[in-house]
Amino acid sequence: MSFINYSSREINCKIVYYGPGLCGKTTNLQYIYNKTSPTAKGKMISLATETERTLFFDFLPLSLGEIRGFKTRFHLYTVPGQVFYDASRKLILKGVDGVVFVADSQIERMEANQESLDNLRDNLKEQCYDIEKIPLVLQYNKRDLPNAAPVEDLSRMLNYLARPEFLATATSGFGVFDTLKEVAKLVLQELRKGTR
Amino acid sequence: MVSQMVMYDEESRRITSVCERLGREANARAVFVIDKNGQLIASSGDTEHLDSTSLASLVAGEIAATGGLAKLMGEKEFSTLFHEGAKDHLHISVVASRVILVVIFDSRSSLGLVRLRVKKCSEELTQIFEQLMKRSEASGQQSPFAEITDEDIDKLFSV
Ligand SMILES: Nc1nc2c(ncn2[C@@H]2O[C@H](COP(=O)(O)OP(=O)(O)OP(=O)(O)O)[C@@H](O)[C@H]2O)c(=O)[nH]1
Ligand SMILES: [Mg+2]
Repeated sequence: MSFINYSSREINCKIVYYGPGLCGKTTNLQYIYNKTSPTAKGKMISLATETERTLFFDFLPLSLGEIRGFKTRFHLYTVPGQVFYDASRKLILKGVDGVVFVADSQIERMEANQESLDNLRDNLKEQCYDIEKIPLVLQYNKRDLPNAAPVEDLSRMLNYLARPEFLATATSGFGVFDTLKEVAKLVLQELRKGTR
Repeated sequence: MVSQMVMYDEESRRITSVCERLGREANARAVFVIDKNGQLIASSGDTEHLDSTSLASLVAGEIAATGGLAKLMGEKEFSTLFHEGAKDHLHISVVASRVILVVIFDSRSSLGLVRLRVKKCSEELTQIFEQLMKRSEASGQQSPFAEITDEDIDKLFSV
């Protein structure tokens, strides 16, 4: 649920990075944080376990500049990907405006990707969102690994909604900003339509 | 689907003035009003050396987690939280089921006083937010973004 503040002339949108455990959601945010100028970002918060697995969420506030005199701010969140953190994932999805689904390209993670995508659909539905209507982009991450599945296979198995899809290697930053720009664009286009 | 959250000048001023008064009457260091999704709506007091964006998202996360716990236990919600530090304390409460009121105070105040003042101000804030809801519904919601072009959007990313 975006928040339009006529008083401070700001618009806030919430983008959630979703996907199976260890697929690289936190790495996406870390790269964005490292490559954004200090004036455009706030502090990145990571609520993680001692082994750096996301426990509750990562949070990164970004300001992208002005549209029609309104400052556009994006709040990026990641969910914990591990299956048993489902209750937390549901909470983070509240008020979401756009979703990046990060898939792990490794062949052996195919099933985990599918399960996570189904889980996204179910959790959205529980909050009365329709996965077919929400701004959504897919990112096939870890393209640098030798066991990465062919793109066509990933696309066929995961992108049944025919959403924009990006190849990425989050550790080097390849594809990270392209993914973010696309989801931000979709969210703003949705805003143009007015209330949902 | 949830309706869009909007804030106008008039309500923004009124909310800020409630915050300021609460801060004074409760002898608090700072007061924040935060949307349940983690966006800051208003603040007053000694807020400069506090990262209010981080504060807002963490408090919203905490309220969300507490709400999850409440549901699990068959409670409607746990409407207040209190965190006691060595120096500073946090009083967090849910107002009008959709916004969060945070009061930061130290030994110059007390939990009893904060609680009392928060209760009074919550009623006032509830009224303001109800008015805000009505107003944004009545306005028919012509989005200020209704006329943005693809070009406007592209420009955001050209820098
Ligand atoms: N080779 C390679 N490794 C990656 C890539 N992206 C992330 N990783 C690594 O994968 C591991 C997990 O990355 P995270 O970003 O923590 O994964 P996550 O999706 O946040 O995981 P959870 O918090 O458990 O849901 C880390 O060791 C990363 O360095 C990539 O593109 N290529
Ligand atoms: Mg993570």
